[in-house]
Amino acid sequence: MKMFNSEIENQLKEVFSKMVNDVTIALFTKEGECLTCEETRGYMQEVEALNDKIHLKEYDINKNQDLAKAYNVEMVPSIVILNDKEEYLGIKFNGIPAGHEINSFVPAILEVSGNQSAVPENLQSRIDNISKPTNIKVFITLSCPHCPGAVQKAHKLALSNKFIDAEMIEAQTFNDISNKFNVSSVPKIVINDQYELIGDQPIEAFLTEIEKN
Amino acid sequence: MELNLNYEKLNNNHKNELVNDKVYDLIIIGFGPAGINAFLYAKRKGLNVGIITKKIGGQVINTSVVDNYLGTKNINGEALIDQFTEHISEFDTPILENATVTYIKSINNHHEIHLTNGTFYKTRSVIIATGSKPRQLNIPGERDLLGKGVAYCAICDAPLFKGKDVVVAGGGNSAVEAVLDMVKVAKSVTLVHRSELRADKILVDQLYQNSEINIHLKTKILEVVGKDFMTGLKTKSANGESIIPSDGLFIEIGHIPNSDFIKDYLDVNNHGEILVDEKNRTNIKGIFACGDVTQIPYKQIIIAAADGAKAALCVNEYLNKDYIK
Repeated sequence: MKMFNSEIENQLKEVFSKMVNDVTIALFTKEGECLTCEETRGYMQEVEALNDKIHLKEYDINKNQDLAKAYNVEMVPSIVILNDKEEYLGIKFNGIPAGHEINSFVPAILEVSGNQSAVPENLQSRIDNISKPTNIKVFITLSCPHCPGAVQKAHKLALSNKFIDAEMIEAQTFNDISNKFNVSSVPKIVINDQYELIGDQPIEAFLTEIEKN
Repeated sequence: MELNLNYEKLNNNHKNELVNDKVYDLIIIGFGPAGINAFLYAKRKGLNVGIITKKIGGQVINTSVVDNYLGTKNINGEALIDQFTEHISEFDTPILENATVTYIKSINNHHEIHLTNGTFYKTRSVIIATGSKPRQLNIPGERDLLGKGVAYCAICDAPLFKGKDVVVAGGGNSAVEAVLDMVKVAKSVTLVHRSELRADKILVDQLYQNSEINIHLKTKILEVVGKDFMTGLKTKSANGESIIPSDGLFIEIGHIPNSDFIKDYLDVNNHGEILVDEKNRTNIKGIFACGDVTQIPYKQIIIAAADGAKAALCVNEYLNKDYIK
């Protein structure tokens, strides 16, 4: 079944018309047991069809292990957004970015394409000071209206500093990892598997936790 | 699978930056139903308006079903806000999002709105429409177990309690709506409230029609119990103290006004609500307030929106009649 009706399709076409450079969606799935892989594949194919600058490449987490490792892909389905040179900038979605999460997925494509929003000046220097590898996990549910805000901020940080890797994790699909991090309220932000924030926190709050590293 | 595309926000054609080198006619702080409607009315009067807000939409975003906004039946909160923002999309909308105001300074005939990042914006008049936030129980365990069972957003977190036992605290519309949302996914749902239900009859009827819902009225929650994760609640009723085993607690016991940043400057009542007169005027000339952040009773979307309209008209009158250039 199609994800987009004609109204949404036209709206998305208009939004994506603001893309600057090409973007590649690297979709990792696997053969066999994967509840949402098929649905995610169909969804991404529809997204690819919306604009000539969007390219979909499909990989199998088991058959393309080197690439999966390079992008730090550990679960499926996983969507990695690459720039026009097919470079990994630390932007990843684990699980289908449907429901409310389309509102973080679409801006991620726009931002990686080069249509970037500015980070406030007073925060840029704090972001620039981060010089250790930093992983940000943002646990979400698809019914959560606040979650895309938190995912967008994590991705913005990743785009602003090459040491930062930011990933959305859909909590229901990835039940085991959600339980490991005791996720019972979303958005839940976990930094380097250690420091935790609940809620759609401002970038300052992310930075305060990252600076503890 | 459902998609909740927020087209207005993604396609922000009409949005531009708030600037700090000019004096606005009006700056609206907060952009929920009250602020959005104030904006609509102020723009129609031709005022030069800026907006400073944490988020667009306010608390309505957390509501799964709104069924009491006249003319719009059975809509989810976010979709209602989309309709509001779509309505104003024809206007030039200078907006600063993710911004937190620290204080307002009034100098001669204008006001400076200062933010946490040190910048400030100038305006001839201000409407404060910052709404309110969920009230906490203020009991032991509540803060420590936040995100470990204790939650404030039923629509966000309901999927995480599939097959689990949950309690909803509160007796108003929000609490009953949360119970009705949770019962679709949880193994068991118990409503606990310290007095009688005060939700609309139409909702209470749905509550009693569902035999799977347990209801404990005249029951006070004393403590959230649990170490790494909540395991239950200690409660007290006429039958004495008892423990309700539970994996989650959704707190829906009303709201407190977002007036902390201004309560030393403006007159507020003992609930922290900004005191306004019938023309939305605060005690400081040129500063108006509307919606849930004020003492106006009955916190409802339609009341907040209507109050926003009134505040904008009052501002327009003030700028035309009373404002001294």
